[in-house]
Amino acid sequence: MNRTARRNITNNVMLTLTGLCTIVTSSVLFLILGFLVFNGWRSLNLDFFTKLPLSAGEVGGGMANAIVGSFELILVAAVIGIPVGFLGGIYLAEFGGKTFSMLVRYTADLLNGVPSIVIGIFAWTVVVVKMHHFSAWAGGFALSMMMVPIGLRATEQFLRAVPDSLREGSLALGASKTRTILQVVVPAARQGILTGMILGVARIAGETAPLLFTSFNNQYWAKNLDEPTASLPVMIYTHAISPFDDWHRQAWAAGLVLLVLVLLANVACRWVLSRGMAAQRG
Amino acid sequence: MGAMPESAKMNETTVPPAPPAPSTEPPPRGKLKATNLNFYYGSFKALHDINVEISEKRITALIGPSGCGKSTFLRTLNRINETVKGARYDGDVLLDGSNVLGMDVTALRRRIGMVFQRPNPFPKSIFDNIAYGVRVNGMAGKRPMAEIVEHSLRRAALWDEVKDKLNQSAYGLSGGQQQRLCIARALAVDPEILLLDEPCSALDPVSTAEIEELLDELKEHYTLAIVTHNMQQAARVAEFTGFFLLGRLIEFDKTDVIFKRPSKKETEDYITGRFG
Repeated sequence: MNRTARRNITNNVMLTLTGLCTIVTSSVLFLILGFLVFNGWRSLNLDFFTKLPLSAGEVGGGMANAIVGSFELILVAAVIGIPVGFLGGIYLAEFGGKTFSMLVRYTADLLNGVPSIVIGIFAWTVVVVKMHHFSAWAGGFALSMMMVPIGLRATEQFLRAVPDSLREGSLALGASKTRTILQVVVPAARQGILTGMILGVARIAGETAPLLFTSFNNQYWAKNLDEPTASLPVMIYTHAISPFDDWHRQAWAAGLVLLVLVLLANVACRWVLSRGMAAQRG
Repeated sequence: MGAMPESAKMNETTVPPAPPAPSTEPPPRGKLKATNLNFYYGSFKALHDINVEISEKRITALIGPSGCGKSTFLRTLNRINETVKGARYDGDVLLDGSNVLGMDVTALRRRIGMVFQRPNPFPKSIFDNIAYGVRVNGMAGKRPMAEIVEHSLRRAALWDEVKDKLNQSAYGLSGGQQQRLCIARALAVDPEILLLDEPCSALDPVSTAEIEELLDELKEHYTLAIVTHNMQQAARVAEFTGFFLLGRLIEFDKTDVIFKRPSKKETEDYITGRFG
């Protein structure tokens, strides 16, 4: 066998191998999507969106409280997490010294890597134990701690990408540093920051572990944020490990709904961004 | 810009077109004066003992090879250099006799505008780009904003090109238009001095010619200081020229003296293209 033939064989083997791995990677996503749609779709009905869960073993009911609960938890998390991440990111990018910024960045990356169950335990210790009961506040607090590092890094990164010439242009007109940041630098980085924040929301929307012992679960409507609150991820968990077929069916439906909601948020965000970009280009 | 095309141009520069003869006018008044000015980036001394006077309503050009300190000097005049960490200076810069280094920096920058090397319009509409400086300086409300915007754009010779799209993004303009927008933006806050830091280096020849023509009109109203890499440009637009080398002001004189009968050997070497 000559050199060229050997090379051709090696080439074909490697091409097949890399191609196969690519197919495996993307097919996992499509398998998950396919499973969810196949199992979830036939279990979806109007009751799922409008009714409360029934007692174990009964057939029927829905997850209306968990859908609303998930929105509440995300709202609480966003109200805490977005401002903290955003303002912290501004500080890091515009004011922080070299060493301090590096330290905070490193800490944020570590926080981002903390297992979510540990964050749940922490929130349980500082909120649930102090308040003596589970609540949406506790769940939202736990989720916000997962959002902060994402928002912080996104804000910092996109502010740093704004060219210094814009800052100088504003300062040279007699604008203060605060004004420059708020009216020139942040608007220039607006799209990136917004995308980062929405990715953060999408990330926490499906978190289960931090909620298991913070917002816990609820078979009924929570009257306010101070009560144990149902959420889609926790519902999926409790229903999926139950022995009842009808609960399994509902868990699939909840998974599909959760996925669609996150996808919708992403698409909406991209739509808003592309419109903003078009307006800016004129 | 590479070194080669520049040195090719330099040979033509030995006989520059004569700048407007100032003999009939009264002698210019000193507007901005640096005395014994030293500037440091950390431990690096970027400017050595600069003494120079910039004349009112004239164009002063600062030339010299890259890294010679001409931009640093310009950026000291409106103290925009202070944003660089470790920047420090001693000596005086006097604006109409009062020291710039002790002034409120935002008030100072209102009086001394700046145009940068690359056009840097804000990510806003054309209108808001102009209005921004007026608003941040609390000057809005004295005159209708639309009037200020139109006046500034007319002065920057941009009005006719943009009057129908004031609400569109400034990023839709060409490079030359963007740079004139930046000039209009600087003019909107009614400065006394305009500093231009290689304002044409990112522009094509046609846009460059337009800016140069504009500078000639602007000197009726403003004191202009321009840093340029292009010696022909200095010869074309400036009445006075200063030559910087290694952080020192080697020679400062009327432009035709600098280009025809420079008194220092370094100046002659530079303008005849022997280095740089």
